[in-house]
Amino acid sequence: MRRNSTHRERAPVTYFDHNASTPVRPEVIDCVRDCLERLHGNPSSMHRDGQRARAAIERAREQVAALVGAEPRAVVFTSGGTEGDHLALIGGARAMVGQGRRVAISAVEHHAVHGAAQVLERDGFEVSHLGVDYAGRVNLGDIDALPAGTTLVSLMLANNETGVIEPVADAAARAHARGMRLHCDAVQAAGKLVLDVKRLGADYLVMSAHKLGGPKGVGALVLAGDAPLESLQRGSSHEHGHRGGTENVSGIVGFGVAAMAAAAELEQESTRLGTLRAQLERGLLEALPDAVIHAAAAERLPNTVSVSIPGAHSDMMLMALDARGFEISAGAACASGAVEPSPVMLAMGVPRELAICALRLSMGRTTSAADVDALLAAFVPSARAVRAMQLA
Amino acid sequence: MLAIAPGTRVLAAMSGGVDSAVAAALLAEHGCEVTGVTLKLWCYGQSPVSPRACCTIDAIDDARRVAERYNFRYFVVDAEEVFRARVLQPFLDDYANGRTPYPCALCNQGLKFGDLVSRMDALGSERLVTGHYARLGPDEHGAPALRRALDLSKDQSYALALVPYTSLERTVFPLGELTKPEVREHAARLSLSVWDKPDSQDLCFVPDGDYAGFMEHQLGEKRGSVAGPIETAEGERLGTHRGIAHFTVGQRKGLGLAAPEPLYVLQVDAKRDAVIVGSRKDLERPGLETGVVNWLMTAPPAAGTRVDVKIRAHHEAAAGRLDPRADGTAEVHFDVPQAAITPGQLAVFYAGDRVLGGAPIARAL
Repeated sequence: MRRNSTHRERAPVTYFDHNASTPVRPEVIDCVRDCLERLHGNPSSMHRDGQRARAAIERAREQVAALVGAEPRAVVFTSGGTEGDHLALIGGARAMVGQGRRVAISAVEHHAVHGAAQVLERDGFEVSHLGVDYAGRVNLGDIDALPAGTTLVSLMLANNETGVIEPVADAAARAHARGMRLHCDAVQAAGKLVLDVKRLGADYLVMSAHKLGGPKGVGALVLAGDAPLESLQRGSSHEHGHRGGTENVSGIVGFGVAAMAAAAELEQESTRLGTLRAQLERGLLEALPDAVIHAAAAERLPNTVSVSIPGAHSDMMLMALDARGFEISAGAACASGAVEPSPVMLAMGVPRELAICALRLSMGRTTSAADVDALLAAFVPSARAVRAMQLA
Repeated sequence: MLAIAPGTRVLAAMSGGVDSAVAAALLAEHGCEVTGVTLKLWCYGQSPVSPRACCTIDAIDDARRVAERYNFRYFVVDAEEVFRARVLQPFLDDYANGRTPYPCALCNQGLKFGDLVSRMDALGSERLVTGHYARLGPDEHGAPALRRALDLSKDQSYALALVPYTSLERTVFPLGELTKPEVREHAARLSLSVWDKPDSQDLCFVPDGDYAGFMEHQLGEKRGSVAGPIETAEGERLGTHRGIAHFTVGQRKGLGLAAPEPLYVLQVDAKRDAVIVGSRKDLERPGLETGVVNWLMTAPPAAGTRVDVKIRAHHEAAAGRLDPRADGTAEVHFDVPQAAITPGQLAVFYAGDRVLGGAPIARAL
């Protein structure tokens, strides 16, 4: 098997990291290409080409709004989840400084929310943290106990690492009862759960296109009718004045198509993935009875399995599975790319020695039952080999 | 040229420097199935450090670029705990006990040829690849042997003398027969962006070379920084020093003494926090005693074996006789007395270009 080329073919890879990003849907690729070829006008231009680009964006706005039961005018397109979280949290908190300079975020929020909260802290805001239980669910009582002057509570809909679904509707009701607004990072949930922003009660809801089969670099913030917002990027009146800058037309169009496709297959896909998750978890526990499925008791996304094999460090498992052709993810990564114990696990009270073994296996549209069987066939010997390792 | 079959699954230890990058890329070019690994030994965070330091974010980016260019897997592995236990702690203990440690040997022993080797089975890797300048080859009985690099000016066999003997048969040193300019030519030919990176000089975790300051400020180490007497072998007090961690045998600078003839550190007495000084002539000693030897051969050599012994990284090996002892330690008697035999540094025994073994120096005889 001599292979001298520097661009050698990679062995076939089976992908179990759909929560990081999922393959772009074929119909999205067609649409984005078509858009890049044909819609060269600036949507702000008055002429026909500009109007065609504008119309394409507005069609996408309707498609994205429909996925979450929102009015199209409530949708603000962004560059993705991180920008959406920053715009909602920072823009929302700044717009409400008249009522107070405090926000609260849950301990299991995505880095993007923690990052936005740090920006606010630098501006002199106080940030409270809401704890979670061992199943990863936020302690709702913490909301009732938040200090006066808190204007905004941030709680994700589904956790990216564990898939745990948070009681956002209850949290929103409690926040509203105290005159606070609720921001919900729905990046992992959108396209995986039936989602109605009005029933959820979120004032700010954030999505990202590439998690549901759209392109990277585009997302949306969905606003409840009267949610206060100070824009962070000012230019002309793009996105109803909420987000200055010429629109990412092809990305937005791709997002729209992806949202529509996700909505169409949501219920069927959700059932199918739930079956695969059960198959995967059963297989893991049968072969490795001491495996720990994190937050097993909680309501979770149908596509996500978070598991620790005691004694098998996640960085080695990741490498061993990669060597066998499976791509998974593990914990958090530091600036160097090395695996570190996940803050989400630690917030849930998972002991450190289990947290450093946490692996995320996330499935998607392209995952089949045969893929799950193949993963199990590689996972079990990998776990045994890694556990047998005698590190110096 | 490369004693390895194309298609072999290899694990390449990559520091981010030019040597390990060329070693990994040569094997990828040769058709081996390479997995690159950088051991993160020390968390620098985002702080700016010397370009010579390895394990920095930039170094990791450099290694990652090599992997991307040659389309092989690459991982960063957090080895901070192992590094702390196997390298940093002994480093601190040595300084506190008046010795001058050689942590590179412990890092090779515990990290690259220890921690990494122990990961190989789980990854299905057949051979370990590093960018060391050293050679491997069977001895006259067909047993694995570690040998000096062809380019003696770059030879790193001294730093490898403590690696487990069993790791040699699983290792490949692609640079052992190359000179540094040849390695840089390869790097340029292979379009590696690291081709003109400066050579590493000091310890990777103390890029500025200020070991005592590093221990005190970075690690909060109090031992070794207590003031004490500078005295002659006869006990005459000549002055006061600011901590034994600042001194090593053979050192002339930094004593702060005015004397008619140059004075050198002869000994560091940790029990009394004393630094003993004397003339250049007093620095020369006829022999040494080692700690437990790591033999890189199937059985220790016979008593009285003629060897060349290197007593520090940049020492010209000196001829003498080697007497292994039953307790695993050894004695060396030089043909000509050697200056600055320093406890904590390695004594490495050579028979021709072969490394027979090595051990930390316990004391001069």
